[in-house]
Amino acid sequence: MLAIDGSLLDFKQLDLLAMRQTAIHRLDPRAKVLTTLIFIICVVSFGRYEISAMLPFLIYPVVLMTVGDLPGGYLLRKILIVIPFALVIGIFNPVFDRQVIMQFGPFEIWGGWISCMSILMRAILTTSVALILVAVTGFPATCEALEKLGMPKVFAVQLLFLYRYIFVLTDESVRTSRARQLRTFGRRGLGIRQFGSMIGHLLLRTWNRAERIHMAMLSRGFSGEFHTTHRQSRFGREEIVFMGGWIAFFVLFRVYNAPQLLGRLFTGTMP
Amino acid sequence: MHMADALVSPAVGGTLWAASAAMIAYSSSRVRKNLDERKVPLMGALGAFVFAAQMINFTIPATGSSGHLGGGLLLAILLGPYAAFLTIASVLMVQALFFADGGLLALGCNIINLGAFPAFIAYPLIYKKLVGRKTCQSRMVMAGVIAALVGLQLGSLGVVLQTVVSGVSALPFNTFLLLMQPIHLVIGVVEGVVTVLVVSFIYRARPEVLDSAHQDKPLGELPMRPLLAILIISALLIGGGLSWFASESPDGLEWSIARITGSDELPETDHKGHKQLAAIQEKTALLPGYSLPAETRDAHDPTPTAAEERIGTSLAGIVGGTITLSFCLLIGIFLKRRAHSQRIQASR
Repeated sequence: MLAIDGSLLDFKQLDLLAMRQTAIHRLDPRAKVLTTLIFIICVVSFGRYEISAMLPFLIYPVVLMTVGDLPGGYLLRKILIVIPFALVIGIFNPVFDRQVIMQFGPFEIWGGWISCMSILMRAILTTSVALILVAVTGFPATCEALEKLGMPKVFAVQLLFLYRYIFVLTDESVRTSRARQLRTFGRRGLGIRQFGSMIGHLLLRTWNRAERIHMAMLSRGFSGEFHTTHRQSRFGREEIVFMGGWIAFFVLFRVYNAPQLLGRLFTGTMP
Repeated sequence: MHMADALVSPAVGGTLWAASAAMIAYSSSRVRKNLDERKVPLMGALGAFVFAAQMINFTIPATGSSGHLGGGLLLAILLGPYAAFLTIASVLMVQALFFADGGLLALGCNIINLGAFPAFIAYPLIYKKLVGRKTCQSRMVMAGVIAALVGLQLGSLGVVLQTVVSGVSALPFNTFLLLMQPIHLVIGVVEGVVTVLVVSFIYRARPEVLDSAHQDKPLGELPMRPLLAILIISALLIGGGLSWFASESPDGLEWSIARITGSDELPETDHKGHKQLAAIQEKTALLPGYSLPAETRDAHDPTPTAAEERIGTSLAGIVGGTITLSFCLLIGIFLKRRAHSQRIQASR
């Protein structure tokens, strides 16, 4: 029960973070969406045994987190929750890939361990930037940016409707679930049959509510479009500098393995 | 069974992104044309409903574990294929953004696996055909379970294909398949039973909701379904083909393919393969002190490196990595301090 309440709180908190007013929050959402996508493509395009070359990419989430004034512990917790899903698959790598790739004295390191570490690294980088994107942009603005970038309007409206209803319905499902929990003893009553009718009731209430809200919206002049923009969004100099700077950074560190070069410099093994 | 960005290659992710974007565009135009406008807010509400319903668990009989609703087939039954597809896609997008559940690049994969299969195959080609014109309880149960089964099997097959073709995971195709399909057989049965329970509850309480959902779909749309199926299959094929080409650039895919097809292929492409290995070797950073197993090294013998040098270079990777990490940390601390002092100044 606590878990459900907790995840709901988490969800709301991420949404609230988007209301802050920082330099990053003020940027046009399109710049942030595109930069995030390019970041992810750069990261996942690394070879499967790459680890160190990905490290400079940590700078992007770190900078956004600090400039965007986001709570690091909270984001870290959210990232840690998701990472096991990628690792479930990655953990098989050491089983199947036993090619010895590195040797420190008597210790042999298999390729599988390296690629598993690489998956972990990718997971950290990609999940953190996705969460940060919402935290510094907000969901409605992200949708708006995607619509401006060519997403069909029907889908954009769908996303915004979904977003509005989620808060109402998750609240309701938490209440329903708590009520069920309080009326059950051990495992009795938590089965599929009860679940079916409970969810059925939730569905009916949802259906009625949707109709009611839609009529209310129509009577207030809803014409199939949301007007969500709170911030004046324009693609100006800041956006160009932000995007251009970061993309140059990503490409540079995608091409050159900076930590490796740095390490060679410090250990004196420069070729 | 959400795909994560960490396991997807750009070629696979990009191809499925394009395929799912095309399907979203097509479905959007269908929804705009065909549905009465009452359905648009309904789609939003039902998406949120699936989201909320997924938070509630139930115990699965005889196993002691608990499960939750997937909802793809349920949405298809309630809304029809196009509206359901858009709804599932929107739910997946919210999950990707708010929970980082399934990545942004892997979103295309997830929309195809969890949205397209139930909405465009399991529902129209199986559920609707099996239920027939007259709705009756026993047929609905059978149809629901079979449709959910097929949808989830296809979805998990999609996950397996996309993961193996991406080549980030070292799981061989057969093993992964044997791991995924039986699990999803169980999940499929549970999903089917739950879907049917909810649908039959609605059928008893408000039959007109289901009837209107059934009637809403004009019959003229039938020829589009095979087309969409072809689109999905071709997307998978293109994804596969593209990343096959992508393996020309060193991303280690050759290995995973060689593992799947059996090791026969390696000796034939001997020279090229080893060159690629050498290229990977040079690119990889934390592990330049790379020692290939004896038999492969004999054949190629990449520029013989002394053991000390090897350890030296891997040391270089580790030292450099540590420096980079601390640099990232320092930037963070510096920016945080600055922001803090600015805030203090602003508040004065």
